[in-house]
Order: sequence, then C-alpha cells, then structure tokens
Amino acid sequence: MSETALAAERQGTDKAQPLVVRFAGDSGDGIQLAGYEFAKSTADARSDFMTFPDFPAEIRAPTGTLFGVSAFQIQFGADEVLTPGDRADVLVAFNPAALATNLQNLKPGGVLIVDETHFDARGLKKAKLDVNPLEDRTLDGYQVITVDVEKRTLEALKSLELGRKQAVRAKNFWVLGLVYWMFARPLGKTQDWLNVKFKKTPAVARANIMAMKAGHAYGETLEISAVPDLTAPRVAKHKGASRIISGARAMALGLAAVAALGRRDIVFCSYPITPASTLLHALARLEGGVRTFQAEDEIAAATAAIGASFAGSLGVTASSGPGLSLKTEALGLGVAVELPLIVIDVQRGGPSTGMPTKPEQSDLTMAIHGRHGEAPLPVLAPATPDDCFWIMIEAARIAIETMSPVIVLTDAYLANAASDWEIPDIDNVPDIDRPRVKPDGEGEFRPFARDPLTLARPWVAPGTPGHAHRIGGLEKAKGSGHISYDPANHAEMTRARAEKISRIADRLPAIEMEDGVQDGDILIIGWGSTHGSIAQAVKELNAEGARVSHVHLRHLWPLPRGLEALIRCFPRAVTAELNTGQLSSILRSEYLAPVTCISQVNGQPFYVSDLKAEITRRLETCVHE
Amino acid sequence: MNEMPLKPNDFGSDQEVRWCPGCGDYAILKAMKTVLADIGRSPDEIVFVAGIGCAARFPYYLSTYGFHTIHGRAAAVATGVKLANPDLDVWVVGGDGDFMSIGGNHTLHALRRNVDLNLLLFNNAIYGLTKGQYSPTSPIGTRSPSTPGGSVEQPVNPVRFALGCGAKFVARAADTLQTHLPVVLKRAHANKGASFVEILQNCLVYNDGAFGAINDRSESQEATVRLEHGQPMIFGKENDKALLFNKRTCRFEAAKIAGLENRDDIAIHDETSLERALALAALEQPDFPVPLGVIYAAEAPEFIEARGFSGTWSEWDREKLKALL
Ligand SMILES: Cc1ncc(C[n+]2csc(CCOP(=O)(O)OP(=O)(O)O)c2C)c(N)n1
Ligand code: SF4
Ligand SMILES: [Mg+2]
Repeated sequence: MSETALAAERQGTDKAQPLVVRFAGDSGDGIQLAGYEFAKSTADARSDFMTFPDFPAEIRAPTGTLFGVSAFQIQFGADEVLTPGDRADVLVAFNPAALATNLQNLKPGGVLIVDETHFDARGLKKAKLDVNPLEDRTLDGYQVITVDVEKRTLEALKSLELGRKQAVRAKNFWVLGLVYWMFARPLGKTQDWLNVKFKKTPAVARANIMAMKAGHAYGETLEISAVPDLTAPRVAKHKGASRIISGARAMALGLAAVAALGRRDIVFCSYPITPASTLLHALARLEGGVRTFQAEDEIAAATAAIGASFAGSLGVTASSGPGLSLKTEALGLGVAVELPLIVIDVQRGGPSTGMPTKPEQSDLTMAIHGRHGEAPLPVLAPATPDDCFWIMIEAARIAIETMSPVIVLTDAYLANAASDWEIPDIDNVPDIDRPRVKPDGEGEFRPFARDPLTLARPWVAPGTPGHAHRIGGLEKAKGSGHISYDPANHAEMTRARAEKISRIADRLPAIEMEDGVQDGDILIIGWGSTHGSIAQAVKELNAEGARVSHVHLRHLWPLPRGLEALIRCFPRAVTAELNTGQLSSILRSEYLAPVTCISQVNGQPFYVSDLKAEITRRLETCVHE
Repeated sequence: MNEMPLKPNDFGSDQEVRWCPGCGDYAILKAMKTVLADIGRSPDEIVFVAGIGCAARFPYYLSTYGFHTIHGRAAAVATGVKLANPDLDVWVVGGDGDFMSIGGNHTLHALRRNVDLNLLLFNNAIYGLTKGQYSPTSPIGTRSPSTPGGSVEQPVNPVRFALGCGAKFVARAADTLQTHLPVVLKRAHANKGASFVEILQNCLVYNDGAFGAINDRSESQEATVRLEHGQPMIFGKENDKALLFNKRTCRFEAAKIAGLENRDDIAIHDETSLERALALAALEQPDFPVPLGVIYAAEAPEFIEARGFSGTWSEWDREKLKALL
C-alpha cells in the first residue's frame, strides 16, 4: 500500500461502519479464548455485535497444520449488527497455516497482524507454503504488521522463570493486549477474569496478565503511521450494558426457564456429539430445574426422555444429524403415544459424520418427514442466539399443549455464535400449564380422549390415583387407547394425529414480514440461523433502491397460515438456505408455487455480499424462471 | 389408603390376554399378580415398561400404569421414568431378543448404572413374536426358519452377562415354579438398584421344552439347584446331591452326598460373593444343575439417588431463574 493510501487510512475507519475482526491460529493457541474475551470487552464498550467461532473438528491437530486452524470472528458497530460479518477488516494470524487458510477472509486493504515466529522453513512446510508469504508479494494490498510474538512473550515473562513451553502459551494474551491497544480498550476486566479463572494457579494468571500488558505496551512503541486508527468507540446508542450469550447458552437458559415456568423439573437426556454437547455441559452445571442424563447412545437418550415425559416431566433430548437419525424410531413412538417431548437438532454438515463443526441446514426434510408411517410433528427453528431462549419456551408450550414431540432445528453456527443479550423479563412470561384432564363422559379414564379444540389427549402421569392406564406403540382405539387393528379406527387416528399438528398453525400469530413491502419484486424466505445474513442483505439492497422483501420462518411445520398467500403476492419467491433447497421443495409441494432457492453448502454461514449478489441476479431474471 | 388389602386379581387388567394357550408367560403373569398383591403398593404407583415381543405384552395385562415401547429400549425408557419420578416402582419386562440382542446395550448400562429398576428377562431362547427365529440365547444347532441347518453362534448366558455388566442383583427363576418364582421377584423388588432376573420361559409354539427338565415341575429338582443364602447347595428329588466348591480351580463340582467323606464339604451359598456368583453362572445343563434363586446380591449406591434427584421438583422457580439470568 502506498504512503498516501496509508495516510488516508490513518484518518481512521468510517465510524459509522461496523468493523470485523478475525483471530486465527492453531486450535491449541487459545484463539477462542482470546476471541471471546475480545467479545466481552466489545459488550462492555457497548457496541452491538455478533461473533462466530469457526473451529476444526480435531481437538489438537498437530501444531502448524492447515487442518488444525481455529478461527474466531466478530463484527461490532454502533448500528444493529446482525451477522459476524463477511470478510474481516482486521485479521490476526498466529502462524503460517492460519495466514494461508484465512487470508481469503480478509478484505482487500485490511489490517493484518502476523506472528512471524513460525515463518521458517519448518513452519512454512507444515502450512504447505513453498515461499514465505511475508517475503513475496502475497500481502501486497494489505496493511501488514508483523511481530515476533513468541520472542516478545518470552521476554515479557522472563522474570517468572517459567519453562519455555509454558511461557509461550501466554502468547494469545500478548496478542490480545496488542489488539486491545489498537482498539483503545481497557485491560481491567480481562485481568479480573484471568484472576478468577486461574484462581487455583495464580502463576498462570500472572503470566497471562503480564503477557497482555506487554502486548499492550508494545502497541505504544509502534510507529504511529504503521497502525490504522481503529479507536472509534462505535457505541450503540440504543443499548445499555449488555451480556454476551451464545445460542447454546441461551437454549440452556431457555430450558431452565421452562422448568421454572412449569414448576416441575425437566429431564434432559443426551449422548455427546459435536456441536450439541455444549448444551449438555451448560445444563449439567445448573443447580436445579433440569435433570441431565448422559445416556449410552442417542436411542437411549430419546427413549429415556420419552419415559420421563410418560412419568410427567417434560423430556428433552438434543443431538446433531447422526444422532437424530438414531432417534428416529423413538420419535415415531412419541408420535404414536402422544407424549410431549422436545428434540433439539444442532445441525451440522452431512451426510454421515460430514463436517461436525460446520453449520448446514440439511436436516429439515428429515425433521419434517423422516419417520416411518404417518408421523407428523411440529418443527421449529430459532433465528438468532437470543431466539434460542424463547424458542425453548415456545417448543415446551406446543409440546405440552399438543401432546406431541417437537423438533427444534438449530445449527453449529447458531449454537456457537454469540451476541449481546437483553436479559428477558421473566415476570411477564406466563406459566407453562399442563392441560387439565377433561373427564369426557362417565366412567373410566380414557387416555386417548381428545380436547375438542387442540385434539390433545390428557397427560396423566403414573402416581395419579385412579388413573392407571397402559399406552404403547400399537395402534390404539380412539378414546380408550386399547389395542386396535380396526381399519376405520386406524384411518381416524391417523387423520386425528395429523389434524392435531395442523391445528397448531391456527394458534400461531399471523405471519409477518421482516422487511420489505407486500408488492415487492422478490420475496426471500429464510429460516433458522440465516436470519442475520438475509436481514442485512435485504436491508442493504433496499437502501440501494431495490424492492426486496424478507419473511423468516420460525415454524417450519406446520407451515404458518398466510404463507401461501404471501408467496403468491410476489413475482419471485426464493428461499435462502444452507442446503440444496429443502424448504423450497417443501413449499413447492405444499403450495404448487414456483419457489426457487439460493443454496449454499460450503459449511459456512452466508456472506451478506454473496446474498446481495445472488438476489440482485434473481431480480434481473425474468419472472418465470 | 386401602381399607381392603389388594388381592392378586386386583392387579389384572380388563384386557384379553393374547398369548398362545399354554405359553409360559401366563405363569409369570400369575406369579407377578401374587407378588404385587403381597407387596401391597397401589397399582397407581407401579409402572411396567416393556419392549416388543410376546413377553413385552405383559403391561397390557396388569392394572398398573404400563408402557409398551419399542423393541429393545424398555430399560432406557424406564430409566427416564425413574429420573422423572424416583418414587415409582418400575418393572421392566422383555424377551431374550429385547434384552440381549437389540437392547443389549441398554441392559448393560441400566445394570452398570444401578438404576432402581426390576428387570425381568423372559428367556425362551427364541424370537416368539416374529415366529420362531433363533435368538442370542439359543443353543448352537438350533433349527429355526432363519437357521434351517442349525445355528452356529455361541449363545449368551444372561446371568453371566449381567454379572459382567456389574449388576448388583442377579437372580434366575423359571416360569412354572410357582412357589419359587414369587420369592425371587419379591427379593428383586426389595433390592434398591437394578435387579436382574432371568426367568426361563417355555415357548410352547416355537421352542417347546427348550429348558428340558428345569421348568418341568416334577423333574426340576434334578435339573436345578435352589440357592438360599447361608444354606448348603443341595439338589435332587431326594436331596441326595450337592455342589462343592473347588478352591483351587474356583469351580463348582457336583457330587452325590452319600459318597462324601465330610458333609461340611458341601458349598454354602454366599450371595454376596462375586467370585462364587461367577462360578455359579457357569453351571449349565446337562453337566450341572442350573442354579435358581438369588445368585448375587451386593450393596451399591443407586443411580438416581447418587445423582441427588428426588421427588419430581427441585423447587426451581422464577426467583431462582432470575438469579441465574
Ligand atoms: C426395530 C425392530 N426390529 C424388529 C422388530 C421385530 N421384532 C418384534 S419382537 C422381536 C423379537 C422377539 O423376541 P424376544 O424379544 O425374545 O421376545 P419373545 O417374543 O420371544 O417373547 C422382533 C425381532 C421390531 N418390532 N422392531
Ligand atoms: S409364540 Fe411362544 S412365547 Fe409367544 S405367546 Fe406363543 S408360546 Fe408364548
Ligand atoms: Mg424370546
């Protein structure tokens, strides 16, 4: 970059624009930790923000390898921030492999901070680089700051007499110190946090704090013209001090809320699987309300949850794609015996083991249709980390009100992405009530009698005097629930089970568009975690004069009433999905409407810029494509 | 709450029993009703959970709460029932296919965890409901529709399996032995933790006589040894035979009492000894009498209690939630 360009940049970045910062390094480098601390400091700085940890499936891949690179991205700004951003304004690369894999994520002209320590023959070889990118022209066009981070960290910690290996581990905090300096952030909170976190090993706390301070002090020594001014505070005016929350954490709190609102413990059964395990971990730490059970497999997890629901608790089970496949038979049982159950599927790239840490929305068809027999059940999808809290309460209400299993589809992105969070006002949330047993007629209790409105059957748990009854997966006679192979009864029960699910749509709020006008040129239909990218793309396109509308489905099954009419208002209706078009084919088959799809299956969230380009392209096509 | 003590028939449901006439399951049902009446707990506080199979129809025929689930998963469902409400008495019923084949994993883990469940394996050494294929407990050479030339697989011995899983209560009984079976079932119920009972059950239609003399009431004394804690292991119609424990080989040996030099050599049953239990589990017909009764019973922490769960609610409320938020 030329001197003049640098000088222009030195004026400071446009304060109105949000900034994207990305940390990338070895999965053992403490990238996620440093990124998360930076996010917390961003929350304290009262910016609006969203984060995205992008890590490999390998726990500690051999150091320096391309597949061992872990990254953490955050976008923050004064206006509402809906996504973790496309390409970064600032990239921090901890080694050659991180640079090689993440340079594509840096904007042209962006700021690149590189630890030069491992750009030797060995490090370059591990990163499969033939030439040193610090020495050829690879980095032309970026504002590059190279630092020998390891050497400086060691120097800073000399007085502590730590082993080399231990001292080097503090390098992420050295870098964080430098980054804090660049953004004029205070060190105090991170320092406090380190003291708490390493209470039992104060030497570690001290080393990290000293490294962070050294990195910060190093910033002061930098040639000022070499460093762009990133210090503009970007305070979001609409915000008070906020709390940072990930989708997984929000879900855990949502389930804790379900227990409190229902005044009965819920039973959460799960078998570890990435990226769903974080939910199990978060719930296991709660001190009440949720009884966690690490089952022997996903089948046991789902069936134990059903057992818990039979016994009067709300059973909840969580997994990812491969685990959902294993739960399938149990879900059929849940549908047949009509018990409430929440099934959380944290979707990841498939098929099979696929890409365990990468998001995809490819389980939609399985969630809606993937069971033997006619086994309809409601499917929901939260749109944001915050919504992960509310969707749990809504799923619980639907499950109990309908006496049905409910699938909640989130994904690897939503589980790990974090944003600031307005703490919910729980006093204004009504209790979750159990449907009353409505004795229908005289005589004995009829476990398969139905509420005339919701068609739900009564939920009567063992221990209830005078109501002992038997349920099972064999077809049941309507009302009595006795085993029945009567043809007409099976037809009636099959239709009743479907109608019961369909009627949920009657009780949902009317469908509302997120953005745009009813007579726009194109309707973008999204669902789940893509909310932020679509909303941002649509906002920007409309600001540029386009007429794009956006509707975002939280309810995938039954589909909301009014959706079909809305789709028919538009000359073009297009879903945007991280799959090959699952929602679009469902909408086509349900409505016979020509819905097409903007599809992405690279294991990454949508870039706003890609969406904008694609929507623009669709707008240019003739209507009947 | 009951003014009148409940009678066995109070535990029967109004459902028509659909097992083949003469099936061993009838006898087990009868014994179970007696046991439930003896225990005296209200049917409203008892749950029977079953998988799929002939045996697994069991819950339909009792007046308690019941859940006929899916093949193999009953132990897992029952674990969930207990997690939600530890105060319930929970019985799990399944066949050898249910417990040892498709559900083997869940059997293992329910036993290992020591969940307070009474697990009753109705072993007929055949898949009854699916019309007679060999099962994991069928002896080598079993001819069945899927093994017309005879099976070649080594069968699993459920008692050994249970001991290997770390079960803390392992017993064996037989369908027709109507004075013995209820005693074993009551012991299983009294145990706090996972109680595993293998019940040898005759499938009249597909595997009649699979257990030979064991559940033939008149011949059973010859083919089985009835275990009682602290009592000598004597068997035979005339009480003329006994088991001795060879400390060198750690194995039991069978002998005629008349031929013994010293009557004190007869082994005394110690149900708390895992080593003895493993040796007992190895005894099979025709060389040995099959041990019936409580083979092993040891104290161990129960899973739900160890997790600290009780009742159905941990008093978690809005105020506690707000503090968490
Ligand atoms: C997932 C699944 N696979 C297979 C079956 C078919 N099936 C039903 S019962 C059974 C085996 C029954 O044998 P067992 O458990 O020994 O019980 P029994 O009928 O002998 O009492 C099988 C294979 C099923 N119901 N579900
Ligand atoms: S098939 Fe065998 S096990 Fe099944 S009911 Fe008939 S006799 Fe009993
Ligand atoms: Mg069988």
